[in-house]
Order: sequence, then C-alpha cells, then structure tokens
Amino acid sequence: MTATQERPADAVEREIGRDRRRKEDQRLITGRTRWTDNLQLPGMLHLAMVRSPFAHATITSIDTSAAQDAPNVVTVLTGKDFGEELGVCINAWPITPDQVTPVHSPLPADRVSFAGEIVAVVVARSAAEARDAAELVDVEYDELPAALDLKDAAADTVLAHPDLGTNKSALWVFDSGEAGTGGNVEDAISKARDDGIVIEREYRQQRLIPAFMEPRSVVVDPTSEQLTMWSATQIPHILRFALAATTGVPESKIRVIAPDVGGGFGGKLQVTPEEWIAWAVARRIHKPVKYTETRSESLLSAHHGRDQWQKLTLAAEKDGTVTGFKVELLADLGAYVAIVGGGVPVLGAFMFNAIYKFPAYHFACQTVLTNKTWTDAYRGAGRPEATFGIERMMDELAAEVGVDPLAIREKNWIKHDEFPFTTVCGLEYDSGNYEAATARAKEMFGYDELRAEQMARRASGDKVQLGIGISTFTEMCGLAPSRVLGTLDYGAGGWEYASVRMLATGKVEVTTGASAHGQGHETAFSQIVADRLGVAFEDVEILHGDTQVAHRGLDTYGSRSLVVGGEALVRAADKVIEKAKPVAAHLLEASVDDLEFSGGRFTVRGTDQGMGIGEVATAVFAAHDYPEGVEPQLDSDATYDPVNFSFPHGTHLCAMEVDTETGALTMRKYVCVDDIGNIINPLIVSGQVHGGLVQGIAQALWEEAVYDDSGTLVSGSFVDYLLPTAADTISFDIDHTTSPSTTNSLGTKGVGEAGTIASTPAVVNAVVDAVRHLGVNDIQMPCTPERVWRAINGPGAGGSTTADAMPHFDGEGEQA
Amino acid sequence: MIPAAFDYVAPTSVEDALAALAEHGDDAKIIAGGQSLLPVLRMRLNAPEWIIDLGRIESLRGVRDDGDAIVIGAMTPHAVVGADPLVAEHALLITKAVEHLADAQVRHRGTFGGALAHADPAGDLGAPARALGASFVIQGSGGTRTVGADDFFVDLFETAIGEDEILTEVRVPKHTGWGAHYEKFVRVAHQWPIVAVAATVRMEGDAIAEAGIGLTNMGSTPIRASGVEDALAGQPATEDAVHAAAERATDGTNPPSDLNGDADYRSHLARVLTRRAVLAAAGA
Repeated sequence: MTATQERPADAVEREIGRDRRRKEDQRLITGRTRWTDNLQLPGMLHLAMVRSPFAHATITSIDTSAAQDAPNVVTVLTGKDFGEELGVCINAWPITPDQVTPVHSPLPADRVSFAGEIVAVVVARSAAEARDAAELVDVEYDELPAALDLKDAAADTVLAHPDLGTNKSALWVFDSGEAGTGGNVEDAISKARDDGIVIEREYRQQRLIPAFMEPRSVVVDPTSEQLTMWSATQIPHILRFALAATTGVPESKIRVIAPDVGGGFGGKLQVTPEEWIAWAVARRIHKPVKYTETRSESLLSAHHGRDQWQKLTLAAEKDGTVTGFKVELLADLGAYVAIVGGGVPVLGAFMFNAIYKFPAYHFACQTVLTNKTWTDAYRGAGRPEATFGIERMMDELAAEVGVDPLAIREKNWIKHDEFPFTTVCGLEYDSGNYEAATARAKEMFGYDELRAEQMARRASGDKVQLGIGISTFTEMCGLAPSRVLGTLDYGAGGWEYASVRMLATGKVEVTTGASAHGQGHETAFSQIVADRLGVAFEDVEILHGDTQVAHRGLDTYGSRSLVVGGEALVRAADKVIEKAKPVAAHLLEASVDDLEFSGGRFTVRGTDQGMGIGEVATAVFAAHDYPEGVEPQLDSDATYDPVNFSFPHGTHLCAMEVDTETGALTMRKYVCVDDIGNIINPLIVSGQVHGGLVQGIAQALWEEAVYDDSGTLVSGSFVDYLLPTAADTISFDIDHTTSPSTTNSLGTKGVGEAGTIASTPAVVNAVVDAVRHLGVNDIQMPCTPERVWRAINGPGAGGSTTADAMPHFDGEGEQA
Repeated sequence: MIPAAFDYVAPTSVEDALAALAEHGDDAKIIAGGQSLLPVLRMRLNAPEWIIDLGRIESLRGVRDDGDAIVIGAMTPHAVVGADPLVAEHALLITKAVEHLADAQVRHRGTFGGALAHADPAGDLGAPARALGASFVIQGSGGTRTVGADDFFVDLFETAIGEDEILTEVRVPKHTGWGAHYEKFVRVAHQWPIVAVAATVRMEGDAIAEAGIGLTNMGSTPIRASGVEDALAGQPATEDAVHAAAERATDGTNPPSDLNGDADYRSHLARVLTRRAVLAAAGA
C-alpha cells in the first residue's frame, strides 16, 4: 500500500493563508461538468410551462386539446389535475404570529397572482416539442385589478389576494426601549427637534433580479424505490425537507442532489413551483422528467430581491453625536411569501445601527403583498438595505453639521478598545477595529489629495465634478445561532455539519452540509483539513450537494459556509486526531500521554519514534493490530451550532466623476479595506470581494426590475435589465485588516456578501457628494445619467423610471 | 430559448436567394448574420417557416474601390469593415462607429448590410450612413436599383427594400481626408445607444467647410441633422460656434421615451453630444 499521506518536507508550512488556485475551476469554467441540464436519463421526458401574461386574473378555462394532439406530447396537466400530492411552496419564516400568508400552490387552478405564474405544464418527448405545444394551450382569463405600486398596495387600494382582505402581511417591530437594550427613540427625536439635529429622508431600494449565470433546472427520477431530484439549487437539504413536509412522500424516500450549480446569489435559496411541478408530474406518469427554464422565464419568475421604501429619522446633538435612529420600512413581498420572505428585511433589523453607538433605536417593517414576482434573499439579504440606509444618513448628517463624513463616523463609531460591544439591538460585536481599516483605506485612496481636487473642481466650475463616497459598513454573518433563530420564529436551525473520512490509502474524504454553488468550498475546505490533519492539500476531497453523501446540512447562504461549516469541519477533524491517538500509541508502544501530534505525525515525546496519521488510517483499515476496546476506524463527524454571529466590517471609499452636462458617471477609484478576520485563501477572498463590489455597484448604477402599469415586467431580458460586464468596471484596490472572530477556532468572519453590502452606499454617496453643492441631497437608485441630470437641474431625486423597453427585436425586420 | 421549427436554405448566389425568396414569400426570412434575427426566433417573437441564409454568397462580401465611392458588400462582417483600410481612408466615420458597435462577438458574426436592413433606429450604422450620404443597392428579380440614404430608412424596422428584394451593397461617397467622430452615449458598454451622434467634417484651415451629421435613436429612423450641417458650414471649429450650431440637432426629431431616458433628456443629449462629436471630428 502506498502511504503518500505525509506532507512533503519542502511543502509550505501552512495551507491556510495561501493563494491556492481553485480545485473546481477547470470544470466550472470549461463547463465540462455535470450541470442539472446535462443529465440524460433513460426514457426521460421534458416539461414546458405555460405562464400567465396577466398580473392578476381569474382562470376561466384552459383548453389543452390542441397541445395534447401536438407531435410527441405525452400529456398536458393543469392545476385541476392534481390534488394534495402537488404540495405547496412554503414560507419557513412567519415573522409574526399573525402574518397573513396566501397559500402558494405551484400550479393554481383558479386565479393567477403575477405575470409569469404557471397555469399548465406540457410533457413531451423533447424540450423543443414541449415548448412548441405550450404555445397551443388556450387559456382564457378574466383580468382582475392588480396591486402593483408598493405604497398603493400598503394602503389596500387594490387587493393582491381578494380573499385575504388586506395586502398587509406582517408588521415586525423592534424597539430598544421596549427590549431594554436602549432608550426611547421618540424621546431622542423630540429632544433633537428642540435642541439638536433631525435628519428625515425616504430612500428607495429598487427591485433587483439575482440573475445567476445558470438558469434553474430540475430533473426528477421516480423510477426507484427512493425518488431522486436533481436541482440547480443552493439548498438541497432544505428542499428535501420541504418536499417531504408538503407532498406526502416520506423524507427517507427522497434523495436530492445539487450537482455543480452555476451561481445563486440567494436566487436559488428557494423551493420553487417548477421543482414541485416536476416532482408531481414525474410521480404521476412514473417517468423521469426534466425542466430547464429559459433566461426569459428566469428573469420573469425566479424570485427577485430588495424592493423597499425606507423612511428614516436620525436624531443627533448639534455636534453630530447621534442620539436615536428610527427606521420605518415598507417591503414588497410580491405575490407570495417566499421561503425566507419577510425574514429578509428582518435580517436587516439589527444592522441599521451599524458600527455606531446609538443610544436609542426603533425598527418597524411592514411587509406587503403585490401582484408582482415574489421577492426573497438576494446577496446580502436585508443587510445591504440597512447599510445603505445608515451610511447615506451619516453622509447627510455630516453635511448638516458641516464636517467631513469620515469625521462624523469616527465621532460615533465603536472604538477598537470597546470590544466586545453590545449594541442597541442587543447583539454582541466580538471584535473589530474601524480606526485601523479606515486609516489604511484613506492612505490607499489618497483621500486628502482627492478632496483637494474636488475643491478645485468646484471652485473652477468644472463641467466634470468629483465626489467621494464613504461606507464604513458592518454586517452580521455566519447564519446563525439556532437559539436566536428560534426566538425569531424561523422554521429551522442554523447549525452546520461536516464529516471526515480517513480512507485506507491515507487520502481524506470530507463531506459538508454547506452546498457550494461557485464559492470555492472544495479549495478552502481542503486547505483547512490539510492544515488540521497535516495531510497534503491534493489528498483531500470535498463532497457536498447530495443528501445521500452529506446527509445532514443547512446549505449555503448568508456568508455561513466557512464560519459555521468550517468550524464543524475543524471539530470533525479534531475528533479524527483524538480517535487516531490511542491507535498510534498502541502501534508505537507508547503511552497516549506521551504522544504529540503535529504536521500530520504522532511522535513519542523525547524519542525519534513516530507515525503519520495516514499510516494510522491504513492500520485501522487492515485492523490486524489495534488496541482492545477501540473501534477500528477514524471517521468522525461534527455538528456545530454557532454561539454568535460574526461581524465583518470594512471601510470602502469611492471616487466618482459626474459629467454635469449629461449626468454621465465615471468611476475614478475604488478602495476597500475589509476586516473579515483570518483569511483561508486570499485569492478566493479577492474574487468574492471583486464580484461582490460589482454586484453592489450595479444596484447603485445599473440594475432595476421595472414593471409597467399592467404588471408586465418591462426589464425582462438582458437588453433592458442592465448587468455590468468587465467593460463597465474599473480595477479595485483591495486590502484587509485583521481582527479575528473570537467565536470560532479559525477566527474567520465570512466574506460572501461584504462587497455587495458595502459598495452600494459608497457609490451613491460619491455621486451625491459630487453634486451636493448644486443643491442635490439624493439621487434615487439606480443613479442613471438621466436621474443625475434631472436632480442637478430640478428638485427631487431624479424621478421614476419610464416603464417602456427599447424595441430592438421587432419580428418584422427585413434582413438581419 | 428554443426557436419554433423552420426550414433552412443557404443559396450561393443572389439569383438563387431571390428565387428562394420568390418561392416562399411571406413565409421566409433572410438571415444576414443573425445577430438580431436569432434572438427574435429564440424569444419566439416570430416563427418564419423558411430561413434564407445569405452567408454563403461570396459576391456579397468585401470592400472595393469604385472611383468616387467605396462599395461595401452587404454580407461583410462588421469586424472586417472596421479593419478595412479603404473604409478608414475614405469613410473614417464608419470605422469610428464600428469600433463601438455591440461587442466583439457580434462584430464578427453580424454584417454591415444585415444591420442596416434591420433598420433599428438605435443601431450604430444608420447615422453614419446618413451623414455620409450613402446609397443602397437593392436587387430584385427585375434587376437592380439604387436608393439614397435619405429614402432608404422608412420607419421603425422598415426600409425601402421590397419583400422580394435583397440589399446587396452599400455605396459610400468618398470623404477622403474628412475628420470623423462617433459619440455614443450608453449606461453599460454592451447596450444600444441611448443617443449617439455621427459627425464628419471637412476642414479648411481652422474652419469647417462641410459637415455630415447623423443621429442615432432620435426618432423612428436614423436622422440626418441637416440643420446642424447648414449651420456649421463656414464656421470656425470653436466651442461657441459649434455650440450654437448644435442647438439645431433636435430639428425634426421625435425621440422615444423608455427605461433609459425620456424624450426631453434625449433631446438635451443630442445637442450636447452633437457639439462634442463635431469638435472631436474637427480635431478641436
């Protein structure tokens, strides 16, 4: 037997902290891998969905006969063809006991509630034939008035679901006075009105579309005793639980596999009508089926993100010391309460106070049903909204006091020697150093020089003005301590699971319940295990995304995989070492107490005797010689439930040039210094930060899901929903300061969402800063050139978006 | 994104293509690179029974010198037009516009004639064609006719090409030595222009002797800004003089309002961008 398990002597000492190229990249980048849509099963049939063109309508009749007669169509099914076995799409987080939650049938039989909702499914021998036949399904609708505008819907002027009697789903409130974590915010505001500063603003978080690279796809094989679903999902474990809970199939009869998944950004943190329909159809016809959405369907019907109005009131003393913050949100749920649903804004409830020492705080969020695509988690989920709100307000406060926006922040933030710090929300921030991150960022940015240039441009009346935007953000990561989730009525825990299997040849197989969809788990987790067990990076295999392989898990979202899943992994690996120790002692004929473990070897203290952990694995596989009363195996697992969130933070500085003639915006410089604790793989971190920044900048400048007056999604293709490319961004200057988390062994904090959370307000603050001297104090997102131009040339924040698309794809063109 | 089924024919001569067009009539669509037609088919906005592909007709490709004009074959890919030395020498405005047309993939698959025949007013080639006074050679079963740029663009997605005809080449009068600039205003790089201005000028000393100005996406067709051209003639290439002339950029325009900007904003942009384009073309 080979024993390659010991790390070569010339290898670097530690894997953690090393720029390892990602193990998964070759297959992910070339596409030579198993995406769900690549799967071919014997006898597999294909589905196409018939979707409502109306935002709100009664289904009066569905004639499927022409579709049934189309070539190679097996069957056409509608909501009326199914009973309870169809199941429902669930909301896992009813945020209040009295939350109004419409029943979400995957395939409603009587009424559609948003444009894009599925009313029939065609089953055919090929995907093309299914799609051809779907056009032949004749559905008659009686159109109903649609609840579209969020504020109108909150006033119940038109009901999204008439049977519910209201559009108001839940009102979730946190008040520091009532909670005993701080003072009364109304007192603070009234005092500030008399003898201080009160800043009142209303900000819009526009609706966004996650726009993951791989459209959603699902395959169901009902032909074995255990039914298998492959899905392009972030949450195979939660999906399995929900299928069992709602479709009557025992959990033990369900296997869910998330093979390689092409991105999610929260958009695949969902249990979807398409999955439920594929499941029901496969069970009905006893054949494997596949459904892969088109990009148009993805933009139309996969859940959207953000969509809030934020009414904010900040109270401060005259010198800019903050005394209270009141947050009143309206959050658009869309047509249904999705799996996290109203929980998304609630995840922001504890973050509006951010890094500042507010003595009093009040948060109230009203969730509202409308006849638009449902909304749910999108990269950052609640925390970008909160960070935007507070960081915009701190700039407004600085302008009011007349000081540099960094000075107003420094006056109010938690000092590095005040950690651990319990916030006005009752969260304990374990570590951080805002001074250090800010000092480094200022230095890299050339802050004083850029401020001087800004002043010079203002003085000369330059047509191109310069603005500097700041975002000193924090976030809560590592979702989540299960007990905390319990107090918030979330339907599950927040633990994570890992197992470490020592193979006979000394190689290591690791399973994790965190289901990667592009993050780089295979590489980062290999580095952790390689260090912990002292084995070679290449000898570690990370397995995930299959409920039969990694049977326990709570999947990947909320920057949790490393912070929670990584800790489970460390603990499982440590158990392997503990199990190996008596075996090694036995084989080395030494006392356990005399053994030391380091660099993958057990050594007998004071001697040159020793053996590698891989040799111990081989020995227990052979099992010819091992101590009495010990099992001949080293495999171990661990479930880790975090004791606290982690709190990454950072200082982001952005310089924007504004062409005051046209409103055109050009990013000049972007610097970020993020404190994300200890870093496992700097290369992966850079990738996460760069991608995250672009996604947050895109909210500030480009992306917006726009509906017209009849509830049609106007930005329904990438022609009109503007995703940036590399051509639209600049090179970012990134660095890190390090205050390790004190609540996990590796001292990590999470980085998946940091860039997105921090960058949006940095950019908008920069745009507003560039033109504040022209009388502008807000520009609504996305800050289009037109909005910037209108804000410069008139009152207001630039107006709303005209809901018409450019017609580039007329079907009647002549020669194209 | 699966198109409805269609039959496909790829003739190797214009005559064969015209015969196929005559045979299938309304049921046929011509594909000339497919950068607009394929999305239409894939989104099922149209489902022609026949696709007639001009991609194998060699005579429709390439750029040649024809005395006082250069002639660009309708099936010449944008990338070839953009790199062609004849075009750069005699119709620099086209070179400048192609530089910013869509992205590299589209520039290699899409064709010069295909884009012009599609007649999207937001397309990048219509405005240069009008500014340069190009003419369009259209072939039908009865022979060949030539239509001037002012008459070629009829309406949104509508040109003078008849249903039984094919655009074969575009003749561009030589503008040797003229300065040129294409000023394109977008929010992201891969977007159609919100507004763009194509400007080409012949300088005599420090003054603008002649100018050709075309506007992209300021109405249902590409527009020639004759008012600006007239106002520029004989003017010095100074900020003030050009500014005054550029105020006439919106004469006769009817800009759309959509997600990317309302009509009044587009009108404002047209004036600013015209000034910038002319000054850049004049080298000022």
